[in-house]
Amino acid sequence: MAEMEVKGGESSRHSGTRSKKLSTRIDLTPMVDLGFLLITFFMLTTTLQKPKTMNLYLPKKVQDQKLEMKIQDKQALTVLLGSNNQVFYYEGLKPTLTEADIKATTFANNGGIRDELLDKWKRVIQDTGGQDSMMVIIKPSNQSTYQNMVAILDEMNIDGVQKYALTDISPVENDLIKKMESGH
Amino acid sequence: MPKVKLPRKSTHVDMTAMCDVAFLLLTFFMLTTKFKPVEPIAVVTPSSISTKLLPETNIATIEISKDGRVFFDMDNKSRRMQLIQALNGSFHLGLTSDEMVDYAIAGSLGIPFNQLKNYLNLPVDQQKSIIQPGIPIDTAINVPTNELDQWVKYAFNINPELDWVIKADDNTRYPVVKEVMNTLEENNHRKIHLITSLEKIPPGTVAWKEQNVPVKKK
Repeated sequence: MAEMEVKGGESSRHSGTRSKKLSTRIDLTPMVDLGFLLITFFMLTTTLQKPKTMNLYLPKKVQDQKLEMKIQDKQALTVLLGSNNQVFYYEGLKPTLTEADIKATTFANNGGIRDELLDKWKRVIQDTGGQDSMMVIIKPSNQSTYQNMVAILDEMNIDGVQKYALTDISPVENDLIKKMESGH
Repeated sequence: MPKVKLPRKSTHVDMTAMCDVAFLLLTFFMLTTKFKPVEPIAVVTPSSISTKLLPETNIATIEISKDGRVFFDMDNKSRRMQLIQALNGSFHLGLTSDEMVDYAIAGSLGIPFNQLKNYLNLPVDQQKSIIQPGIPIDTAINVPTNELDQWVKYAFNINPELDWVIKADDNTRYPVVKEVMNTLEENNHRKIHLITSLEKIPPGTVAWKEQNVPVKKK
């Protein structure tokens, strides 16, 4: 075994006792084990540190009118991101939007935007007889954070939503959600 | 004291060789880990379920701090050198070759063009104590107020294979992110990687089912 010998200290002469020479043998096997454990740990963790990414594909600039004409009113669900992690949504393409159309929700796992998305999806499939799928239009407001944007895009991946788009919020929508945020 | 010793064979294994191997491996790993240059800002990225890994080379990273300051970073020292030389020539920054070498070995940078010479002139420890103002950015491209546009154009010119990465903080306001994405989009860089930290897939959802339930072919 790996060993180290340490000579015991000689006692002082004042006491007059016999000096004892202690021979201590230290077994260094655990130190070598620890060394290898640490090496293995660092080998593995440095490879795991690679940051993960979420790929975002921005579509080619299409005139907004063309894009909206392709989406049917029944398929569309617009999600608006407000300040303080608030989420608002309304169904369909509403040319004249009122406060009554917009509903508020949160990013919670239960009872939040996920349930609303799945609920809308089911209804779209029922209404169109399985032909068309839901189209989610995401419009973050200027008060929302990057975390909100990533969270809603992540939600698309979690729920398997294939059709979604990230666009600018309109002034009408912006005013309405500001009103709703301050009023409620 | 017992005088009778049981006859035994020596089980002494000389561990010197083992120790040597251990320290050699340690030294190897110590030397081969690349030290990243000091980051001017600490960014807490949001989490997502995505497990895709970032490519290792040919990346240009645009970092956005909490307060909306934009930083630009690119890998590969020789390309960084080419980048700073090209920018120096076009915008008459007046950089000396020492200052350009300083840039080439550094990391992400968030300094407007007019302050770049003064910043690179400073010694490294003073550079660390300065709060970098961030690269100016605007909603439109090809305007003097959008310097990020120039960084993007010149970097792409030097390396057309660059992957574009955005590393923004959780609490960064959306308008700055929008301007950065817009700058990239107007330059025809449509595939953007967003750096996120890993989070677990919530159970019961579609993505969870895809991962856990084996796909049965009908």
